[in-house]
Amino acid sequence: MNQWIAFWSIMFKDVRAYYLKPPNVSWGLIFPVAWTGMFFIRSGRGLDSVLDLLPGVVAISVLFGTTSMLAVTVTFEKKNRSFDRLLLAPIPLSLLMLAKTSGAILFGVFNAFVPILLAQFLTDLSRIAWMTVLPAVLLVAIASTFLGLFIAVSVSEVFEAQTFSNFFRFPMIFLCGLFFPISALPAFLRPLAFALPLTYGVDILRQGILGQSMLPTGLNLMILIGFCLALFIVSLRNVHRKWIV
Amino acid sequence: MRIINDPDPLIRVEELTKRYKEVTAVDGLSFAVNHGELFGFLGPNGAGKTTTISLLTGLARPDSGAIRIAGRECAKNPKAAQHLIGVVPDESNLYPELSGYDNLCFCAALYGMRQAERQMRARELLEVFGLEGAADRKFAGYSKGMKRKLTIAAGIIHRPPILFLDEPTTGIDVASARQIRQLIADLHRAGTTIFLTTHYIEEAERLCERIAFVVQGRIVEIDSVVNLLQPVRQRRAMLITVSGSVEGLCNHLAGAYPQFTFQAASADQVRVESSDTISIGPLVRSIEDQGGEVIEARRLRPSLEDVFVRITGIDLDAMKKEKGGGGQ
Repeated sequence: MNQWIAFWSIMFKDVRAYYLKPPNVSWGLIFPVAWTGMFFIRSGRGLDSVLDLLPGVVAISVLFGTTSMLAVTVTFEKKNRSFDRLLLAPIPLSLLMLAKTSGAILFGVFNAFVPILLAQFLTDLSRIAWMTVLPAVLLVAIASTFLGLFIAVSVSEVFEAQTFSNFFRFPMIFLCGLFFPISALPAFLRPLAFALPLTYGVDILRQGILGQSMLPTGLNLMILIGFCLALFIVSLRNVHRKWIV
Repeated sequence: MRIINDPDPLIRVEELTKRYKEVTAVDGLSFAVNHGELFGFLGPNGAGKTTTISLLTGLARPDSGAIRIAGRECAKNPKAAQHLIGVVPDESNLYPELSGYDNLCFCAALYGMRQAERQMRARELLEVFGLEGAADRKFAGYSKGMKRKLTIAAGIIHRPPILFLDEPTTGIDVASARQIRQLIADLHRAGTTIFLTTHYIEEAERLCERIAFVVQGRIVEIDSVVNLLQPVRQRRAMLITVSGSVEGLCNHLAGAYPQFTFQAASADQVRVESSDTISIGPLVRSIEDQGGEVIEARRLRPSLEDVFVRITGIDLDAMKKEKGGGGQ
């Protein structure tokens, strides 16, 4: 049996049924614009601040886009038992969960380019190292999506998915160096920052967009890949443990 | 009649047990389903029917026991036989935001069917199930009967040799239930092995070749319908409806006719059973002597209901009401 037919069908079904719905597309557009505007005004430095804000806005757009959609859609499908159809399909659980998350990853990457496209009209992006930014965007999207999967597998109700998502997301905005450096955090909060995957994604984005970072890009990439693998493996184990009981 | 004692059954279950905390949902089940057989799993709510299907199809993990489907060990590796099975759950669980046609195409793709093949098969099934007019409507807008039919279509979209049907006619209108039973019979005739759970005894009697009675996670009887009916085939039964209450009437009649057994079937109905012919005339006179009036007297065909009640002692009326009727 061609398992990839199932893979692509699950991905395209999710994109069509969930991610291309007008409310979600507008969420993907409005949210980054709102955050950019908020920090742009707060910086008080006019258009000079656009490039400084870009890594944080890109990261937050991906984080919110992926986690909210995936956690809710998976929880919804589990609740109305349509997820059982996927569990009954003769494909490995790992491939099934990759298919289920691939739509959210694409949505996350799409979200990342909304602020970049807007910045194109406001500042000069010619110095951006795209070969650094592109893998960073993809890895942040994957890590955020797998965080969403971890959340979805940990809850049973749709409203719990939203609440639990915010439990992770809002601290990340302030702890991961999105809009102010980790060095500015109180000393007792810094270890927490390094325990969150977004810290490393933002650091790579800062390197690619601003040419400055805390850690070497290679190390950041490796740690981020480690987070992706760990979140995926833990989520798979949880699916096995909690959903196939 | 098909071969009952297949040496190499398609489904073989041995000592299957599943516990949820303190509750033992499935308690040491052992049975086999033969190639091409329509096997009924009959029991009240909470008997463990749906749990058994979940265990056999890989949606739940057994605590102990063995499951072999088409020779493959499935208790530890549930994916091993999933390409051979179709499952129709007790609740329609297709995607509400997709159309009927898209739902079928999506389900076909889950089994690796190529685009042209799945589109052709989806159209074919929509026609078979009389849903071609609703092909482009969202599943969320379907009636209960239509949802049920499309869920069955989704279960057979990949032409599985084994089909698990969990309460297929529960909660739907009589016409749809009749149509679904006809479709099940057609699938069976076409050679599909069917594992059917139901709490409608008439449905099981009409459709199945062999039946297992399940109560509290255990099989209390398993045999062919013909063999199950054998003990009651020689019995004669009659249902007498009287004006007023039957309280006290049964005892009076039992004293007057010791060769018959009398049982209150409802507040105004007496069930009479005997191995001899039951003559209605003397019974009517006796009832009238007691101040009652016979409204109706009806001979009853010996049925699986009698066997089920005799073996399990379960109140059938309560069982029929459990899932809100319909179906019959």
